[in-house]
Order: sequence, then C-alpha cells, then structure tokens
Amino acid sequence: MSLTEDQIARYSRHILLPEVGGAGQKKLLNARVLILGAGGLGAPVAYYLAAAGIGKIGIVDADVVEVSNLQRQIIHSTNDIGKPKAQSAKEKMTALNPDIEVVTYETRVNSENILDILKDYDAVVDGTDNFPTRYLANDACVMTGKPLFHGGVFRFDGQAITIIPGQSACYRCLFPEPPPQGLVPSCQEAGILGVVVGTIGLIQATEVVKYFLGKGDLLTDRLIVYNALKMNFRTVKVPKDDNCAICSANKTITELIDYQQFCGVAPH
Amino acid sequence: MAIRVKIPTPLQKICGNQAEISVKGATVRELVDDIEATYPGMKERLCDEAGKLRRFINVYVNEEDIRFLSGDQTPLKDGDEVSIIPAIAGGI
Repeated sequence: MSLTEDQIARYSRHILLPEVGGAGQKKLLNARVLILGAGGLGAPVAYYLAAAGIGKIGIVDADVVEVSNLQRQIIHSTNDIGKPKAQSAKEKMTALNPDIEVVTYETRVNSENILDILKDYDAVVDGTDNFPTRYLANDACVMTGKPLFHGGVFRFDGQAITIIPGQSACYRCLFPEPPPQGLVPSCQEAGILGVVVGTIGLIQATEVVKYFLGKGDLLTDRLIVYNALKMNFRTVKVPKDDNCAICSANKTITELIDYQQFCGVAPH
Repeated sequence: MAIRVKIPTPLQKICGNQAEISVKGATVRELVDDIEATYPGMKERLCDEAGKLRRFINVYVNEEDIRFLSGDQTPLKDGDEVSIIPAIAGGI
C-alpha cells in the first residue's frame, strides 16, 4: 500500500519528520486502537489519534453527552447533549479525518464482552472512570498481550503509564488491588479541573503514536505523576512484580474479574 | 532526622491542607507512626486493620517503591524524600 496524494498532503507534517516519514505514517494508518471511554481522557485521545491517521479506532462508551461534560470533554459540543458519546465522538473524528475508520460500541465493557471487543485491535487506551473497569482492562490486555495506555485523573492530579504485556510492569505490578468500596471519594463529587484531562490524555495519545512508530522511549516501568497546581511532573519507578497476580510466573488470576462498581455511583 | 513527605491531594485535608510535611522516622514504619502522631487519622488511610500498608497506596523513597525495597522496614536517612501515591481512577 502506498500513500495517496491526499494522504501525503494531509500527513505532510508527519512525513517531514525523519522519525516518521512515509513508512511511519503507513504504520499509523495500519494501526487499530480501542479507546475505552469517550469522556475526559478519551476525548483528546480520540481526537488526536484521528488527526494522526490511526487507521481504525474503536470507541467504547455507553453514556450520552450531558451539559456538565462539556467543561472538559472537548470532542462533544452543546448540540450533542443527549446523544450517545460514542456516536458524537465518531462524528467529530470522521469530520476531522474521513481517511480513518471509526467503530462505536455503545456498551460497558465487562468480563463477558471485553475479549470479544479487544480481538479486532492492536492496542487499548484506558480512558475509563472507575477502578473495576481499569483492572478489567489491565487483566484483559495482559491475557491477550495487547499494549495498554493507562491514564487517570483526580481533581488537579493525573497519572499515566504505558503497559507492554510480557515486557513491562502492568497496572497490578503498580497497584496490586483496587481499593474497597467506601475508601475512595465519589468520582462525581470529587471534581476535576477540565484542562487536566487534556494533559494526561495527550500523554496517552503520544505514547500510542510512539508505540506504533517504534520510536523513542515508552513510558514503561515508570509512572508519571502530574500536579496542575504545582505544575510539576514527577516520575517514580514501577518494577515488574515477580509476584504480580496477573502478569508474573506466579500469577493467581486466570480469569477476568468483575469487581463491584464502587465509584460512589452505581453502574449506570 | 527530618524526612520530607509529599502528600497526595486526597489526603491533604488531614494534613492541614499541606502538600508536603516534614516528619521523623528511621524506617517507613516509624515515619507512618510519626505522621499519625501529628496528623491523627492518617494511619487508617494508609494502613489496613492489620497495620499493613494498603495495596492501592504506594510509598516511594526517592522514587523507589518500598514494596521492592524492605517494605515498611525500609530505612530512611536525613534528606530522603518520601512520596505517597494512591491509585486514582477518574477519567471522565
């Protein structure tokens, strides 16, 4: 497959980069990425990956756009209130770049459906909003060997890490278990500075692009910790855990777990 | 022996809204006890009923996770920087 004239024009600022070139752009066009959540993190990830020419992008989100989303979920507009987020995201992405395929899944992932959805993709971006889905995504990606680009936000804070199963530490190497119900504040009550999701989401999107280009050093085996008020990024080491319950030789988890939803809100 | 401890946002309220505190301790265990003495309520946030550090809150000494050092017996020295980093789940 060679790039068309339209593609050479559209991606010219990529192609000019020696680290990308026509060959790198083709790698992006051949990539298939699943984004879990079309919310705060998913919005910038989806928008930028669409612009970058990731050839096939899946969007999983069961919610509809609400007015309170619009302070940060920039892929949705005021006119989209009431529309399924996955559909709203797809419209913006294909308007931005008709050159790519966008597939929508208006559902919530669980232990029953996640492997079936994942099988059509090469990598997964975690833009979900609760611990059960985050651990499910980690475990499913480890089991299927698919790279996972993790990001999380809380008020003025953000975290991100890239997980390459079989090579780098996974989310359970970092945090072995999710917190029990009641020990974490409600996501909806905690609040979030809107711009923080952009900062963290774009770290995830940057990692996706680097992964498919095969360039640079990925955010593996280390966690970036961002604080918007202090405006600092710190990095801590995340060793692969020899006793990790899912990714080590001593693993104890052999099937997917549906943890109880406990984010202060019941499953929608 | 003063150790600087970076406090994550969800726990700052207990620490008088401070993002960083200065406490004492020759080990992480002693450090946690000293934090509790000054800021009551912190220990139950950091440790479970058995007194073990919770598995969704990590403690780092100079960027190294103490689970891969000597756990709560990890020694501390003057000038060490300790970070408490909890898992955060938000993405919406």
